[in-house]
Formats: sequence, C-alpha cells, structure tokens
Amino acid sequence: MDEFILRALLGGAGIAIISGPLGCLVVWQRMSYFGAALSHAALLGIALGLLFQINLKLAMLGVTLLTSLLLMGLQHNRQYSSDTILGVLAHLTLALGMIVLSLLPGVRIDLMAYLFGDILSIGWQDIIWIVAGGTAVLAALALIWRSILSLTLNRDLALVDGVNETRTRLIYLLLLSFVIAISMQLVGVLLIVSLLIIPAATARKFASSPEIMAVLAMLIGLISVVIGLWGSLHFDTPAGPSIVLAASLLFSLSLLKR
Amino acid sequence: MKKNDAKSDEMLLSLQNINVIRRDKHILDNVSLTVYRGEIVTLIGPNGSGKSTLVKTALGLITADSGTITRSPVGSMAYVPQSMDIDETLPITVKRFFRLHCRESEITYIEALEQTGAAHLINASMHQLSGGEMRRVLLARAIILKPALLILDEPTAGVDIGGQAALYALIQRLRDTLGCGILLVSHDLHIVMAATDKVVCLNHHLCCSDSPESVSQSPEFAHLFGESLARELAVYHHHHDHEHGLHGEVCINETNTHHG
Repeated sequence: MDEFILRALLGGAGIAIISGPLGCLVVWQRMSYFGAALSHAALLGIALGLLFQINLKLAMLGVTLLTSLLLMGLQHNRQYSSDTILGVLAHLTLALGMIVLSLLPGVRIDLMAYLFGDILSIGWQDIIWIVAGGTAVLAALALIWRSILSLTLNRDLALVDGVNETRTRLIYLLLLSFVIAISMQLVGVLLIVSLLIIPAATARKFASSPEIMAVLAMLIGLISVVIGLWGSLHFDTPAGPSIVLAASLLFSLSLLKR
Repeated sequence: MKKNDAKSDEMLLSLQNINVIRRDKHILDNVSLTVYRGEIVTLIGPNGSGKSTLVKTALGLITADSGTITRSPVGSMAYVPQSMDIDETLPITVKRFFRLHCRESEITYIEALEQTGAAHLINASMHQLSGGEMRRVLLARAIILKPALLILDEPTAGVDIGGQAALYALIQRLRDTLGCGILLVSHDLHIVMAATDKVVCLNHHLCCSDSPESVSQSPEFAHLFGESLARELAVYHHHHDHEHGLHGEVCINETNTHHG
C-alpha cells in the first residue's frame, strides 16, 4: 500500500472516531445547521491564517470557536429566530473568507481543496494532530458526557440537578470547533457536517442507548471512510465526496431496517 | 384551621418580595412564599397568572429582578416538570434516564416506580411513554433523588378525576415517607385536596396565602364526582380580601375578614 493511502486511511479513521459521539450530540440537539455555520467560519479561519501566517488549524479553531460563542450569545434574541441569525452569520463568514482569500497578495490557493477536502495530501504532522487532538477531545467529551446528555434531554431538570450549563456548553463548542477544524482537510467545508450527521443518523436504527449510538456512529464513520477511499482510488473519484457518498449509502441501507 | 403534625420549623424555601419583569410586563409583583419541611403548599391561579414563573424562580431557572431567595442547597431539590420532549433520534430507556443523575441500584429504581405504579416501564423507551406514564416516571425519578423539597408543575394536568385523587394521595404519602416539603402548582381553582396544608393564590401578585378550611360540602361537587370522592377531595372556599376586575385590577372587598 502506498504511504499516502495509509496516511489517508489513518487520518480518516481518526476523524470518523472523533466525529461519532459529537455527531450524535449534533443530531440530538438538532444543530446540523449550527455545524454548517461553523464550517463556513472555518474557511474564514483559513483565510485569516494565510493572511497573518499562523498555523491554519489554530486559525480555524479560533475563528470557529469565536463564531460559535457569538452564535450562542445571539440565540436568545427575540426578534429573529436562531435559524435566521445562523443564516446571517454563516454566510457572512463564508463571504468574508472568500474576500480575504482574494485579497491575499501573491497567494494562489486551491479553493477546491478547502471546499471539498484533500485527504490524499494529508501528512504525518496532520495525523499527529488528529491522534493527539482526537484523544484529548474524546477524554474531554467523556468528562462532560453526563452533563451534556442531561442538558440535551431536559435543560430545566439538568439545571435543578446542578449541571453547570455554561461550562458544559463551552467545552462542547470547543470540541465541535476542533473537530470541524481537523475534518476540513478530509472532506472540506461543504461536507464536514455530513460526516458528523450521517453516521450518527445511520446508527440510530440500531441503538438502544445513547452510548451504543455513539460507538456505532464511530464504526459506521470508519466503514464509510474505508469504502469511500477504496472507491476513490478504484473509480478515480474525489476522496471527500466519495466518503460522504459511502456514508449516505450506509444510511440508505439502514432505512431498510423495519 | 387544619392541624398538621408533619410540618416542622425547618424552612426549605423562602421567596421574599420577588419581582419578575419581562418585556415591560410585571409577571411577579412583590410575591413572597415559604415552604417548610413536611408541608404541602399548593399554588393556584388562572392561566398566565405567573405560577410557572414563580416555580421557575424558586428552582433558580429564572433570575428575579428583585427580592431575596433562600433555598436548600443543590441536590436537595427535585423538580417534576409537566412533561418532557425528547428528540426521537436520542435512544434512551427509563432506566438509563434515571441513571443519568441518580446512580442507584436497579432495585431502588423499581421500588420508586412501584410507588408511582409504573414498575413495568423500567426498560421502556422514553419515546413510547404516554403523557400519564411520563408523569409517573418523572415522579419516580424525583422519589429516587430523595429530595428535601419536591416541586411539581401541574401534576394533575390531563389526569382524570379518579387519577387526580390517587395522585394527590401519592403526593401526600411522599411527604410522609420522604419527610420533604412539597410545592405544587395546580391550574384548578376549585379543587384542592384536603391534603394541602397551605394554598397560595396568585395573580401576578399574591391574592391570598392560607390554610384551606375543612372539607366543605359542596352539593355540585358531590353531584359531579360522587359522594365518596367528594369526601376525599376538598372544595376549598377561601376568602379574598379583594376581587379582580376584567383586566386583573384589584377591587377591595370590604366585607371579607379573611385574608393573607
């Protein structure tokens, strides 16, 4: 096996495993549009990272986190629904990202790689990011799991039982921002949310508890990455979209159950 | 006045001169309320009178604009909401739901469910529960928490009259077995159980706060629900020191002596 394929497989597997439980939370909280808004903000992060010549992943992480905090703060606005506010902010960050990219002097970047991902270009350094960061994300998620699950089920009950909402939500948003930042290279801005949502949605049919659903979502994501990469090499199709297609096929199959 | 042996001097909840103003509306106007251990306090009032707001303020879910709140520490309070809406995509059983906050043995869960008559639901999915079953499960969860103060939001909403009597009997039993204080909301102005120690009537401000009289013999009530139930249930005729006009304004009623 060529080394670049091994790297792609490792990176993809890592991202699938991290996305599993977080994707379940996104699905349970009906936050898929929120995730999409964050992924648009990630593109602005890349543009700013290139502009100021800082680590692109850190730039993405910073911008997505700031955007998610801004979204959370604005969600209590009574005049506009959170849906409208998401729509405004998501497209604002996307537009800003495009403008900043176009203004960069002498930089010619492959926009397609950011929109649709470029997993075959993944390097060992990226793998280290995924493994180290992914371990930290899963550990942090395990710590807040009970709190975030409890808030998802019923906010009032959770608060009366003493769950610290602000801390839990902040950590959750940080983890979500991180996953979006590292998934960017795999599937790109336009497809990140699908990697969070589709395996989780597929897992729903087979799960009897939240934890089982999270683990199944990891496995289904993993299988999607393997099938998608194989398909991409075999049919010479772009890797990111192939992975999403594989995940969608698995989802369609799950619909046959009952 | 009804004598109450279970009541002690330990104050579990105290709201003093609470004001809550939202969007220029004075939802709670200088409301005070106390709940002692062993006491059942029923909050009544018309729809939109601020009952839910008062309960949420007591629970710490709403921040009052002014006033002082003293409540027992976190973990000693249990809340039973009217219902719960769980997203269909989140698979969860009753047992797992209990384990989220009360790590006890399965026997404890079953015993609590038995008290609310829902032991058979222990492995049921939360999505399959009917409104009544959900209420039993939520009440069982509160029993497992062994609270000092139990707060119930409209526990009888949507429950038929026979079920209501059973529910109130259960609440009374819980007060005795858990030795807790209970604050419950009822939207029903006319029927308050004899079990209630104190009735608080709210319409943005406190209309009255009093012990209910002994069971009164209302012929309409006996006619409607039967003599045996009528004996178990009490029709609470309390006296107001004022009446409300159509727009909620206060009209002082000179003839009444009884007020709170």
